[in-house]
Amino acid sequence: MATLTYLQAISAALRDELRADERVLLMGEDIGVFGGAFKVTDGFIDEFGPDRVMDTPLAESGIIGTAIGAAVVGMRPVCEMQFADFISCGFDQLVNVAGKMHYRQGLAVPITVRLPSGGGFSGGPFHSQNPEAWFMHSPGIKVVAPSTAEDAKGLLHAAVRDPNPVCFMEHKHLYRRIKGEVPEGVFETPMKARVARRGEDLVVIAYGAMVHTALEATEDIDGASIEVLDLRSLVPLDSDAILDSVARCSKVVIVDEANQMCAAGAQVAALIAEKGFEDLDGPVVRVATPDVPIPFSPPLEQAVLPSVERVKEACRDLLAY
Amino acid sequence: MATHMAEPAAGGTEATTEHLTLEDRVWLLRAMLLMRGLEERAMTLYRQGKVPGSFYDGYGQEAVSAGAAFAMAPEDRLCILHRDLAAHIIRGVTPERILAQYMGRAAGITAGRDGNVHFGDRNLGCVGMVSMLPDMMLIATGMAMAFKLRGEPRCALTWFGDGSTSRGDFHEAMNWAGVQKLPVVFVLENNQYAYSTPLDKQFAVDPVERAAAYGFAGVTVDGNDAEAMFEATREARERAVGGGGPTLIEAVTMRMHGHAAHDDMKYVPKEQVEEWRKRDPVDRQEKRLSDLGFDVEALRAEVRASIDAAAETALSGPMPDPADVVEGVFCRGEAEPLGDGVARWSGFASKAVA
Repeated sequence: MATLTYLQAISAALRDELRADERVLLMGEDIGVFGGAFKVTDGFIDEFGPDRVMDTPLAESGIIGTAIGAAVVGMRPVCEMQFADFISCGFDQLVNVAGKMHYRQGLAVPITVRLPSGGGFSGGPFHSQNPEAWFMHSPGIKVVAPSTAEDAKGLLHAAVRDPNPVCFMEHKHLYRRIKGEVPEGVFETPMKARVARRGEDLVVIAYGAMVHTALEATEDIDGASIEVLDLRSLVPLDSDAILDSVARCSKVVIVDEANQMCAAGAQVAALIAEKGFEDLDGPVVRVATPDVPIPFSPPLEQAVLPSVERVKEACRDLLAY
Repeated sequence: MATHMAEPAAGGTEATTEHLTLEDRVWLLRAMLLMRGLEERAMTLYRQGKVPGSFYDGYGQEAVSAGAAFAMAPEDRLCILHRDLAAHIIRGVTPERILAQYMGRAAGITAGRDGNVHFGDRNLGCVGMVSMLPDMMLIATGMAMAFKLRGEPRCALTWFGDGSTSRGDFHEAMNWAGVQKLPVVFVLENNQYAYSTPLDKQFAVDPVERAAAYGFAGVTVDGNDAEAMFEATREARERAVGGGGPTLIEAVTMRMHGHAAHDDMKYVPKEQVEEWRKRDPVDRQEKRLSDLGFDVEALRAEVRASIDAAAETALSGPMPDPADVVEGVFCRGEAEPLGDGVARWSGFASKAVA
């Protein structure tokens, strides 16, 4: 076991995969000589060379498209979007080419797309988004979103070794803020939910950075026993774990950092309404970012992102229901 | 960076390339006849209500896909577009599977999951197109990137139309291929119209001129001459596998039918169609071969018979089972890369299949 930051865990997974499998290739803007905008691949070029840690032209459609081409002839490309927001420029290749390929013609597309996502540090409307729901709505693409250093490493190994396109949502605000024990060597974290804290009076369902917000908000709410369920994977979505938590706790708060409309949490709420209704002891409550672009100025940004206080208040109200 | 315009040949017996044997030249004609015959049969089936959705063909453009695909080795990889049926035929897709594909039947290449010409047989080294046509330029570029990274003497080839040159992916692929000097061949099928939009509303500069700006060769070829298409592609492939980088081949041709079955093509002047009819690629290849004493009629009969048999087989095959409709979205086993296709050209004699 070693103590690693969330960012170091991602770097370690990439390094291990490059060492373990010569088919693995990293592609992205400024990831080679410069080591990446967030330094995830710092120093990689010295060990693996410019072919395997490829500085690409500034072209997101090009990155995803050429990765698909390389994948169908036997490579395992791992693409970095410098910021998750830029995936909109590669959306067509990911959704129309990669996502539909296996269904249409039985051809697997083993690519991983790393998406540094999320807000909290004045990135503004184009460097703060959480675009995971775009891909949940597109058949053929898996979506994972780790909240801990251990899961960041294990889910990245699982993504790279998966025979399908996988969007790996890595939350920028966790990069250096979150540390944890990470097992040595290669291990794959299953694409299933994890109970971050067990409880029985209420469950908060979250993923990514919001898991930490949820844990902090529910540390002590008048002594209530509050569960936190970390989804870890959005596609596949772990329905069993969600319904199990609902059955035990009967009250549910769902937290998304993404914009509220049709967010991952909306799907979770729909699932509970459909399959967990009999277990509920109150309305399903959602806490999410309102449907506005993420504003730049700190007081404005803090006003829209779900805060510890907002989650705490939602839990307190629901407990009293 | 030479740009040259091949003179439209009037027909005749001249061999346009020394690299083709008589048997090769017959294969080019066979592929074009099969393409034309299969598309005509599919159109009939469409009118009979047996082909769902819409129907797209490449009537008059057969030489572009036949000639280019003929120069591809088994280990090369292709992204084939919607007016390029002859490429599938050359790679080894059988006529009955093609007709089953058009009719959305279980035996089609996509087993009914995608329609008409949206297919590629992964076992024959082909990736099926998507409707966002120039997307495939990046797929071909990525395949070529992998070949170069692994030091393999192989190349990737894709087709696309004049309309595709307006999209961003055209630029991203051309630029990427130029920067990394990749073994990829881009075949621009200039058929004068993107749906109803003529060339003068599509670009201000002939796209073949742009190749030089991306740092590689661009050539213009008579797209209605299968042998000229073969020769240009053979040269481009040789350059690609030899480390000389990409080539843009502009195949000048004409879309002789509407964009799809519903399109009466009113926007195309009649004289333009008449002018191009004189340059029909099938007629041209037939004349070449009959002038050499080859029995063209016998070949036509062979092709007709194989299409009749294929139609019978395809029509008797079942529709896909809706019970499986939600299966296969994800790969649940090992990711298997594309397999090798069939090469017909005598230049790949050791690997060719008769």
